[in-house]
Amino acid sequence: MLLYIAKRLVFMVFVLFGITVITFMLTQIVPGNPARLMAGQRATAEQVQALSEQYGLDKPALTQFGIYIKGVVHGNLGMSLTYRRPVLDDLKQFLPATIELTLASVVLMLAVGLPLGLFSAARRGKPLDFATRILTVAGVSMPIFWLGIIMQVVFYKHLQLLPIGGRIGISEFEPAQVTGFYLIDTLIEGDWGAFRSVLAHLILPSVTLAAGSIAVVTRMMRASVLEVLDTDYVRTARAKGMSEGIVLRLHVFRNAMVPTTTVIGLQVGALLAGNFLAEVVFNWPGIGLYAVNAIKNQDFPAIMGVTLVVSVIYVFVNLVVDILYTVLDPRISLNGSVGT
Amino acid sequence: MTHAAPPQIAVQAPVRRKRRGLIARLFTNPLSAVGAVTVVAILAVAVFGPLIVGFDPILMQPAIRLSPPDATHWFGTDDSGRDILSRIVYGTRYSLLSAVGILVMASVLGTAVGLVAALFGGWVDEVLMRLTDMFLAFPALVLAMGMAAALGPSLFNAMIAIVLVWWPWYARLVRGQALQLRQEAFVESAIIAGASWWRIAVQHILRNCMTPLIVQISLDIGYAILTLAGLSFIGLGAQPPTPEWGSMVSVGRDYFLDQWWMVTFPGMAIFFSVMAFNLFGDGLQEVLSPRSAQ
Repeated sequence: MLLYIAKRLVFMVFVLFGITVITFMLTQIVPGNPARLMAGQRATAEQVQALSEQYGLDKPALTQFGIYIKGVVHGNLGMSLTYRRPVLDDLKQFLPATIELTLASVVLMLAVGLPLGLFSAARRGKPLDFATRILTVAGVSMPIFWLGIIMQVVFYKHLQLLPIGGRIGISEFEPAQVTGFYLIDTLIEGDWGAFRSVLAHLILPSVTLAAGSIAVVTRMMRASVLEVLDTDYVRTARAKGMSEGIVLRLHVFRNAMVPTTTVIGLQVGALLAGNFLAEVVFNWPGIGLYAVNAIKNQDFPAIMGVTLVVSVIYVFVNLVVDILYTVLDPRISLNGSVGT
Repeated sequence: MTHAAPPQIAVQAPVRRKRRGLIARLFTNPLSAVGAVTVVAILAVAVFGPLIVGFDPILMQPAIRLSPPDATHWFGTDDSGRDILSRIVYGTRYSLLSAVGILVMASVLGTAVGLVAALFGGWVDEVLMRLTDMFLAFPALVLAMGMAAALGPSLFNAMIAIVLVWWPWYARLVRGQALQLRQEAFVESAIIAGASWWRIAVQHILRNCMTPLIVQISLDIGYAILTLAGLSFIGLGAQPPTPEWGSMVSVGRDYFLDQWWMVTFPGMAIFFSVMAFNLFGDGLQEVLSPRSAQ
């Protein structure tokens, strides 16, 4: 197990290096002089020159890459052109909102997707199963951004049940940034009104973001459960008179979780990307909205910073999922091959 | 050559059986049938639609801007007075052509890498596959956004960005298939018979990779349409006034609380066409490679 984790960590170092190479190459193909962009419209030629020297932009590409890597390792991702401060500070401010939204969607994805897949397979061919199949196809075909807008029209305009966007109502005080997660920060302050407001603001964005992933997880869970239901040990369990509920809980659920885990890991990547769209629709102040605004302002240091950070998060999540996988299925041996 | 004959027959017989009943078998599953019929309808709209609709998709008519759906403008007009139905119909061409373009480029690139890796083996395989793994370790959409942003916002650049993050899936698929096929008797006998590397790669291996490749492409069309619409929505794909569905939703967002038709109809176009292609792709997978179908 330790050897496997060590191997994965070594590969991860290579992947992280690859990620920096690719983001660096992206900064190189950007048209125009980055120093000119950084200095702003009214800067003099001397100021631009000074900036290029400061950031080593006048040096050959390989030297620049060395400077870039050194910066990244020290957490220096360059200056954001929009906010006129280090990109890292921007990310520190906006990342918690994104993580809060993503985690809420992960919870929804698991809480809805896993049981739905299980019951759909257990009642194969029945109306519930058929409805689930249609819903899952609809879920993976739904454009997130459009679903979000439709939800706003229904739940905000017509039913007037939920807020249209943002993280907290305008009549509430923003909690002091302790963790950056508003659900926790409002609780720390003991402000129940604000907590309820934060929760209400979280519902539409997280449901919108999770819809596609719920569909994928449901589908995968259904398929794995069908496979497990066909095995000898399930037949044996039933034959010895175990109730169907216990069979499903003890034998089927856990074994069907193994293949589903990989898909869940991949879905976290889909959620991170979906954030870009959901945050724009719901005006959610996370790194997705930050990145999209950066794209509009041609703020390249900010765009590359977000690309880098999101990629690193994704790589870590997948490492965790792979380790979890070996815990769930002890047959997967230390060197990564499936034993008998 | 006599050695090559029996496996040839064994391979070809089931293929012929499959072809005969392909459409019939696709229609045994009602969902796949709905998908297939809708896909044909979408193709018809893309080809013939622009000849039928009566309005120019680009020409502005400020006098009738933001008018709700009525007998003349079935889906209403947008903020520049353009007929939304006409724009959606023209948009079908953009969405389909770009999706097909993405998949052709990504599958050609991926197939080339996968074939070379599988047939050369050794360090070539190792290098190409580690490169592939590296790309797969990225969250695809985020990387595509970074690339599209760096290349500059346009429909073509968005397509290139998606191709650059998608080819590794095809490379892995083709490599896996090719490694399996290389062990088959008919490939070994071709090698013994002295067939050239090129002939083995194309005639024996690539041709037999086509079925899983086509299944994968048909499963990916919907996703390509969706991804491209997403990039256009955040301003990285097609630029206004191009009648592209994602950018139409993006423009309509400024008006969605009162002029609901501006976002509803283009969004529905995306949703239904992606769903049709997904149902069709699932059906095709079930018919062509039943073992991998769930």
